[in-house]
Amino acid sequence: MRDAVLIIDLDNYTYEVEHRPELFEKWLGGTGVAVQLMREHMNPKADPLSPENVIVFATGPLTPAYPLASKTVAMFKSPLTGNLGESHAGGRTAVSIAAAGYGAIVIKGASKKPVYLVVENDKVYFRDGRVLWGIPDSLIVGRIIAENEPGRGTRTMMRIGGAGEKLVRYSCVTTETYRHFGRLGLGAVFGSKKLKALIVRGRKKYLPTDAKKYREVYDEIYKIAIESDAMKKYHLLGTAANVIPLNELKALPTRNLKAARFERAEDISGEALAEYNLGRRIACSHCPVACIHLAALRLPYENEPYFFRTIMISYDYELIYSLGSMLGIGNRDDLLRLIHRVETYGLDAMSTGVCLAWATEALERGIVGEKDTLVKLAFGDVEGYLKAIDFIYEQPTEFYKHLAMGVSHAAEVYGGKEFALAFGGNEMPGYHTGYAAVLNYLIGMRHSHLDSAGYSLDQKAKELSPEETIDRLIEEESWRQTLSSLVVCFFARGIYTPEVISKALEPLSHSISPDELKKLGNEIYREKARLKVDLGFNLDELSIPKRIFETPSLHGKLSEDFVRKALDYYRKKLREML
Amino acid sequence: MKRLVVEDIEKCVGCGLCMFACSRRSAKNPEIGNSSSAILPVSLSGFERGATVIFCRACEEPPCAQVCPSGALKPKKGGGVVYVENLCLGCHYCVEACTLNAIFVREDGKIAVCIHCGYCADYCPHGVIAYKEVEA
Repeated sequence: MRDAVLIIDLDNYTYEVEHRPELFEKWLGGTGVAVQLMREHMNPKADPLSPENVIVFATGPLTPAYPLASKTVAMFKSPLTGNLGESHAGGRTAVSIAAAGYGAIVIKGASKKPVYLVVENDKVYFRDGRVLWGIPDSLIVGRIIAENEPGRGTRTMMRIGGAGEKLVRYSCVTTETYRHFGRLGLGAVFGSKKLKALIVRGRKKYLPTDAKKYREVYDEIYKIAIESDAMKKYHLLGTAANVIPLNELKALPTRNLKAARFERAEDISGEALAEYNLGRRIACSHCPVACIHLAALRLPYENEPYFFRTIMISYDYELIYSLGSMLGIGNRDDLLRLIHRVETYGLDAMSTGVCLAWATEALERGIVGEKDTLVKLAFGDVEGYLKAIDFIYEQPTEFYKHLAMGVSHAAEVYGGKEFALAFGGNEMPGYHTGYAAVLNYLIGMRHSHLDSAGYSLDQKAKELSPEETIDRLIEEESWRQTLSSLVVCFFARGIYTPEVISKALEPLSHSISPDELKKLGNEIYREKARLKVDLGFNLDELSIPKRIFETPSLHGKLSEDFVRKALDYYRKKLREML
Repeated sequence: MKRLVVEDIEKCVGCGLCMFACSRRSAKNPEIGNSSSAILPVSLSGFERGATVIFCRACEEPPCAQVCPSGALKPKKGGGVVYVENLCLGCHYCVEACTLNAIFVREDGKIAVCIHCGYCADYCPHGVIAYKEVEA
């Protein structure tokens, strides 16, 4: 079992390794372990942008033994919400951390000057980052470090762009260029610690305790992944496959959710992107699916004939929603340019899109003026949005300083809360499907659609009571705690059933029954809820933007009464649990 | 004779399943991770530009065997090398000698080199590599 925790102290430029078999035995890895490490290392009252904040990266016991289990959980205090920050990413991160010999990495303190960190097996190097600081383009930062550091093909490189340096509260950490610890502002936490990048490489091996069984179970999982339909959707069109179905269900948030159906959805659909732009597909480490879809965008130079530049841009459903329909952008080239700009600075695409959508409506309504926005923001107008993204990074006016702190904060200052689409401080994901989605955003531990897949429950069951909805969401989120402790890609949740997981862990000398796995999920859920409450989470402080109740969803117009009843029931459940 | 070959490098998605398969190749002692892997897919400065898969191409006159001071690497009939692990000093002269950088250093300091067993080819989900008969 991989039980080493690497603790890096940026205050003193020191590090130590702790072996914690009991921690990994009880909590598996990933989310389960990260919650405990946060408890041990962080003062819950810490200011998220102070040296007191802590970053945990945790991997699971299935990495790198099996395919489709190569995700890393990052945990920190979120500068966007002031509460629990948790974000997951694929790429090569988990496999590289495991190859260096670690189950988890904890980063504490803050450097006085910019640095980047290199973890190589049992050594940590604190590298001078002053030259890299101030380079806003995370793609360029990646390229420079790639030239200087060995480990091609096996290393991971997590880094921030300009947005993280400027402490934009929804800046992300990019890994392997196209995957992100996207949500809740890990980039700003890196920035506050003057940490530009974290590179991890190694070549450690692990041995199964039952060689024959290990190869058998491996083949079984590999076969399902390749031959069954379990992952076909992600394989072919990628997550962008969702655009047309959600639009048809009237669940695709459009123009700041003034509507839930976008008349140009087809133009920015997974099908259209695949037909006209798809240039290449790539995969996370140890994943046969290759759901990462890269669009090739060929841009001419207006005044120089026969000069073109062709850029590759990673697209996913969430980006198409937030920088497409949400902003009224129906032209594929425009959409791709926006995605590319967001990628350059290292911003979270969902939060950026929602902030810009709110700003557009705020300008329409006259609660802010062009002296604030510096540019005329209008739904569908790409040039205005490209400039506004630059301004979120540059923060040339008070308005952009506030907008860089999230849509809830901006609406607090300027008004327009009723159409500021955030839940628990986190900007909304792209599903206006109904009650389960809204409740998922509100009570999900990360306020993320992936916490409990409310959007999916809305599509499967239409007649649930408030209480049933809450029960189903808690059940799903609890099971996902197990998955994100292993750490399995949620897209492979159909493959990694409790039975398969139990079987897969056995030859790795981890004996746990399917039932125990489910129970463990409940326990981790409770532990996380406790941590969240310690960090100051208060259900009574949650507010819901009125817009949610105005624009009809898949379930028609939503009633506040239903949501209130559900929240009352959840309050009771939570109290019992804690 | 059968060899591991690259069929279509443009389809490489960089998943590294070949690399992990290589570590598992021994039925008796499969390993988890990449320590003993003798194949490495890498990007051309980012996978958006494409990939290359690095492994031994089974040279007729293998330079790695020529510089091996202990007889751990011996030329194989028809090309490539045989690796006798217990003779390996871990000097890495072979690593330096290989023009393709196709000899890898394991965690324990010894080396890993492709012996064209073909195990990895079964795990390439996109038909990038194949194990097939070629003319000697």
